[in-house]
Formats: sequence, structure tokens, C-alpha cells
Amino acid sequence: MKHKVRLMKIVIIKYNAGNVYSVSSALKRLGYDTVITSDLDEIRSADKVIFPGVGEASSAMEYLKETKLDKLIPELKQPFLGVCLGLQLLCKYSEEGNTKCLSVFDENVKRFPPKEKVPHMGWNSIKFSDSKLFDNVVNNSFVYFVHSYFAELSEFTIAETNYIETFSSALKKDNFYALQFHPEKSGKIGEEILKNFIELI
Amino acid sequence: MLTKRIIPCLDIKDGKTVKGINFIDLRDAGDPVELGVKYAELGADELVFLDITATVERRKTLAELVRRIAREINIPFTVGGGITQVDSVNELLGSGADKITVNSSAVNNPELIDKIANQFGSQCVVLSVDTKLVNGIQKIFTNGGRIETSWELIPWVTEAVQRGVGEILLTSMDHDGTKKGFALDITKQLSELLPVPVVASGGAGNMEHFVDVFGKGKADAALAASIFHFGEIGIPELKNYLISKNIPVRL
Repeated sequence: MKHKVRLMKIVIIKYNAGNVYSVSSALKRLGYDTVITSDLDEIRSADKVIFPGVGEASSAMEYLKETKLDKLIPELKQPFLGVCLGLQLLCKYSEEGNTKCLSVFDENVKRFPPKEKVPHMGWNSIKFSDSKLFDNVVNNSFVYFVHSYFAELSEFTIAETNYIETFSSALKKDNFYALQFHPEKSGKIGEEILKNFIELI
Repeated sequence: MLTKRIIPCLDIKDGKTVKGINFIDLRDAGDPVELGVKYAELGADELVFLDITATVERRKTLAELVRRIAREINIPFTVGGGITQVDSVNELLGSGADKITVNSSAVNNPELIDKIANQFGSQCVVLSVDTKLVNGIQKIFTNGGRIETSWELIPWVTEAVQRGVGEILLTSMDHDGTKKGFALDITKQLSELLPVPVVASGGAGNMEHFVDVFGKGKADAALAASIFHFGEIGIPELKNYLISKNIPVRL
């Protein structure tokens, strides 16, 4: 098993949307090296792909188009994990910057109405349905969120969270998984989820 | 439900923690990284690292420290102290900080807020404000509380939020160090007025003070330093106490 693990190629997609170092550090703490790149062939040859992101949707999509990542990502067949903005970009459309996104999930991303403070910032609980991603995680555990936009509940929802309204805190379709919260900043729970993605999916 | 956050603050000088630390089971209590890891294990929700180094090498040392912190710590953290340029912000966020905080430099040059928020997003810009009552007026102070400015609290934070600040770290100089409780009045005032989270700081002396600042003060988070560093209040005990008082926190 250990040998297998060493041979696994985990790629973190690098685009101009922050916090790549935190994700690679979280995986390093779990004992995994990562390749941080925007090179299409490197990404194609990966065993696992992580698509993190903190930033603004329209400028992130611009960058994905320039680098042709917008064509590559939806065609990938290996386990793929979008995080935060990564989840939103995997949807069809985002209200942020009126942006057409990658359409892996046929869903729209909306802005929270200003009934409470926005962004939704801090630790909130996730209520998840059965998925290997949440193996060894207790339902209603707390994870760390920072976001102003959200994906509504849909057929792809595998975890939900309530803030102002109930939204998708995790999505899944085929090989594509996505988390609205930051597993790399969510303490032991987040590490467990990342470990599950690497080892069980 | 979104929970209230408990945030220990670590003052850093030349890469070491400044205030006395009284954790018996740390090998090097002066090491901010080891202390941060300890706090994360104990259930701190976030950490704030404030660099008070006054030398020219500060910027490089701080970025290196932030990389070490990011490698080891699995909760969000904010870094501040002498950030005057967008370049420094880029370096700190790229090194793994989740948020940066500005104080004097934002008062002296408010456009710095716009620049940082436009480039990196409001969610990573925390405005620290040091405020004190002067003749009945809630004034803003800079340079670690040494210089009184012409700004009053409400106009300043309102302008800062309009310019793109995503969170306010409010320190009442009248309460800081007294251990007599947080400034509930101004914390509540800002929390109700502003569309962004408010972190209350200054005055924490016992667990009831945290109940008050989250309840009456309507704070989104509470920050403290010495009471945690000296072990006067343990974070697990504090969180259990808050839950017993129906204040939502993460356990």
C-alpha cells in the first residue's frame, strides 16, 4: 500500500486564484507530495486532480480560457476535487461577474442576499449523505467557509449547509467532487476529507 | 449554524512570540509555529499573528515565518504588522496566510484598502482599529495606540468597509489589559451597523466576558492573548462554557 501511495501523482491546478500553498501543505501533512502546475499534459497524466481557488469568478475563467484549462477540465476522467471557487467554477453559471463557467454541474451560482453578513465566514456544519468522501467523519461536523456566492441544492448535492438559506456545501457527479468549504483549513475534519479523496476515491 | 469564533493572538518579534507563554508542555514556547499548532489542537478557530519587529529585515523574516505556519497549521490565520504595500500582501497570501490585517497604514493611506481588496478580494482584508474615548468621543489611534488621529470610530470603519474591508478587528484601548471585560457598547454598535464580521478584542478576563461579548456585544468572534497564553482560561473549557450558555461554537 505504501509503495502505491508513493507512486500516486496528485496534481494541484495552478491558476491565478490563490491558496495553492495551503492545499499542498495540507497534503504534505498527510504524507503526499503534489505537483502544482497548469500544464495540460501534466494534469492529464495525474491520478488525482485538485482544483482549489480563492478569487473572483470572471477573472479566474478568463485565465482558464487563456490556458485552455476550460476545455481540459470537463473532459478529465480521474478523481477531481474542486474547492471553494473551484466548486463554483465547475457549475454552469455564476452571478459573480456574470460568468459562464465550466458546466460540469448543470447548476447556477448565486450571491447570498444581504440578510446577514456576507461573506459567510467561519465554521459551520455540514449535513452529508453517504459518500466515501465523508468516511470517518461525523455528520454535522464543523468546517471552515469563506464565500459570498453559493450553489443551490440540486441532484448533485452530497452535503448541505445552512446560512441565510440551505445551499450545497459539497457536490458530486461521476468523477467530479467539489467542496464549498476549505478542507485545507478545516482542522482534523478537513484532513480526513482530503485523505478520503486521495485514498478512497 | 455559523458558530462564534475564538481567536488567540500571538505577538511576534524577530520570529519569536513576545508575551510570556505559560504552556508547560511546549518544547519551545517562543516558537510561534509550535504554539499555533497547540492552539489549533485545543480548538482555536483561527489565529492572528501580529509582527511587531521594527527592523528592515522584517518583511523577509515574516514571509518565511508565514510559510512555516502554513506548513504546520490546519486552521485559518491572519497576519499583520507594518503592511504598507500590495506587494507585501501578495507575498504573505502566497506564503499561505488566509487574511492580512492593516491598521496605521490604512489610516495614513486609505487607498491601500481599495488596492488590496480589488486585487485579492475583501475576504482577506481585516481592518484593525485601536480606539479610545477622548472627551466623550470614540477616537481612532495609530502606531500601536501612540498617535491620536482626527478620525472617529464610526466614520472610519464605515469608510473602510466601503473601500473593501471584509472584517473589523476592534480593540478598545480603554479595556485592553484591564481584564474587566470587552467593550460591549461599541462592539454591538459596529456589529449592527456593518455588513461584515466584527472581532472584539481587549479586556477579556474570564469566561463570562466571552458570553457577554457574543450575547450583548453581538460580536462574530473574540480575540484574546494573555489569558490564553498564561493558561488562565483554557479554550476547551471556554467553549464548553459557551455551549452551556447557548452560544454556538465549534467543539
